[in-house]
Amino acid sequence: MEQQYIELYKQHHESIKEHSATVMNTLRDGSFTLFEKLGFPTSKLENYKYSDLKEPLSIDYGLNINRVTIPVNPYEVFKCDVPGIHSFLFFVVNDAFYPVNEPNNKSLPNGVIIGSLKEIATTHPELLKDYYGKLSTTKNDGLVAFNGAFAQDGFFMYVPKGVVLDQPVQLINIMRSDVDFMANSHNLIILEDGAHAQLLVCDHTMDEVRFLSNRVTEVFVGENASYEHYKLENTHIKTTNLSTLLIDQKTSSTVLTNVITLHNGVTRNSIEIDLDGEHCETRLCGMVIADKNQQVDNFTYIMHNKPNCNSNELFKYVLDDNSKAGFTGKILVAKDAQKTSAFQINKNILLKKTAKMSTKPQLEIYADDVKCSHGATIGQLDETAKFYMQSRGIPEAEAKLLLMYAFTSDVIENIRITALQDRIKILVEKRLRGDLSKCEGCIICQ
Amino acid sequence: MLEIKNLHANINGKEILKGLDLVVRPGEIHAIMGPNGAGKSTLASVLSGNQAFEVTKGDVTFYGKNLLEMLPEDRSREGIFLSFQYPVEIPGVSMVNFMRTALNEHRKYNKLEPMSATDFLRTMREKKELVEMDSNLANRSVNEGFSGGEKKKNEIFQMAMLDPRLAILDETDSGLDIDALRIVANGVNKLKRTDNATILITHYQRLLDYIVPDFVHVLYDGRIVKTGGKELALELEDKGYDWIKKEVDGE
Ligand SMILES: Nc1ncnc2c1ncn2[C@@H]1O[C@H](COP(=O)(O)OP(=O)(O)OP(=O)(O)O)[C@@H](O)[C@H]1O
Ligand SMILES: [Mg+2]
Repeated sequence: MEQQYIELYKQHHESIKEHSATVMNTLRDGSFTLFEKLGFPTSKLENYKYSDLKEPLSIDYGLNINRVTIPVNPYEVFKCDVPGIHSFLFFVVNDAFYPVNEPNNKSLPNGVIIGSLKEIATTHPELLKDYYGKLSTTKNDGLVAFNGAFAQDGFFMYVPKGVVLDQPVQLINIMRSDVDFMANSHNLIILEDGAHAQLLVCDHTMDEVRFLSNRVTEVFVGENASYEHYKLENTHIKTTNLSTLLIDQKTSSTVLTNVITLHNGVTRNSIEIDLDGEHCETRLCGMVIADKNQQVDNFTYIMHNKPNCNSNELFKYVLDDNSKAGFTGKILVAKDAQKTSAFQINKNILLKKTAKMSTKPQLEIYADDVKCSHGATIGQLDETAKFYMQSRGIPEAEAKLLLMYAFTSDVIENIRITALQDRIKILVEKRLRGDLSKCEGCIICQ
Repeated sequence: MLEIKNLHANINGKEILKGLDLVVRPGEIHAIMGPNGAGKSTLASVLSGNQAFEVTKGDVTFYGKNLLEMLPEDRSREGIFLSFQYPVEIPGVSMVNFMRTALNEHRKYNKLEPMSATDFLRTMREKKELVEMDSNLANRSVNEGFSGGEKKKNEIFQMAMLDPRLAILDETDSGLDIDALRIVANGVNKLKRTDNATILITHYQRLLDYIVPDFVHVLYDGRIVKTGGKELALELEDKGYDWIKKEVDGE
């Protein structure tokens, strides 16, 4: 499996570099060497226990090393799942930043830079060089290393000191290809001290081919800065979506991530948070609605390196048919990270016996003055609640829907963009009703 | 309206109802009393269609229709209402959403259009006043974190919203303070008409001072073993159940 990519790199690394930027290229060979050593992750690895990637990684995907422009106008083909949220809107097609600015975007606040990672790495290398690869190259992870070797472009956002983005930024990833296709994009997000930004990342697929997206996102959140990261996946069942989100938090910063998998094929979300200063707040939320043969694995890792930080995790899954999912809540509390509080909840509903859920809290605590708790449940819908509703005249199917919807409601409450929250409520309800058994917004599913 | 003949019901293979007979006509109020574990709540559960209970023998008709073949939701929409002895908490489902869904399902069943938002809110307000229910409760999740008494009030509020033909109130009086008892009883009395009926399951004669029954039944060991007027409740209050148990067990 790995061999064809190793050959590809050896033969084409010149072209890969030629169509990327120096800052990215300086780390490229090192990443490649690491990938040669590690290969792709298998479920034998503890961190990939619940991800079965063998089949999707065995497909012979095309890569767009020479950066041939994909003939697509995202503004024409894309019908946004989340209209009316008044965002700064940007597109990445496969793994290339789409260069045309959204006509309706109002101008960005002074000093904010958003654009193609490759372009900005060329025009403003000084902005990137202290950040690019800083988190990703410390990971001993085959997918991340692979991304470091092959990624040539991606999304870049820089919010200078004290600047508050008063509108969310929306990044729409569109997968578009006539042949089975692999995209490796690298996103870099920098919030300087006191900055504030909200990013909504939407994943969509357009063509009925096999897609594999292997994305790494590095986020640096400065002192007193606050960052919200929403990921909404609505892709078709031939999609493999591998996403690694690496966040570094400085003193007194606040981070919220909310990862919602509405429809997908095979998905792996790794979210790793490095609490690198005191008094940080972190909240990780997620929701999965899966049926058919869908697979979702959310792997989270919070590193409490400094004292007085709070972390909170809330993940809810509704699994039907033969879907298979996993959750890992790994928490490290370092020796001097006293007064840490870390809470974690993972609740799951299996609608059929054939659906499968695996959940694992993994706490490594080396400090003594900490408050940690974790709880996981796997169950069915509450029969007594269902009967209570029926006894008031609500038909069983509707009662089930209300219960499932209620079950996910606290995750939805953790969306701090009102228009997005309202929209997700509708999408979740539609999805639970089965009206969204195909992904919405993509052409082939309509 | 309701005819129960020789009803037998099991839970987990254990027979709880052992040949129960009861007839309820429009306009009547029936009180059912009886020792703990006699099967009173079981009767209420069977009538409302709780699948945990298996009917092994007997017939139940409601306005001539076979009740036992109906889904729980259809029984409700046909006009049967159960006020639960232990109302269920449903986190994440708001009272407003719950009631709107229930009410509109009833309307749909009767081939009526959904109620407009303004009419619905007005009805909610009126019915809340009827049971003097705190407005905040309606904005919370169904029964979640409600006190025992608030839950009972909420049951009567739901009853007022759905306007049933037959209401079965399972120990709605227990857990209520004296004022709440009066309020709830007043609510029930106000909802009383000549074309609807009430079955009151209770342990206390006190409730019957407020809601005066036409009949008092004693349910013991899965059967109705004695029926009388409201004076029977006074006698039970005075003497307990031992004399009845002796009468029955001595048969
Ligand atoms: N789920 C169950 N599993 C086993 N036995 C049950 C179950 N539910 C009820 N029972 C039994 O059925 C019998 C009748 O219970 P029921 O709740 O109908 O009594 P009740 O007359 O309402 O009593 P109370 O006055 O205490 O409310 C009891 O012995 C009870 O233990
Ligand atoms: Mg009872």
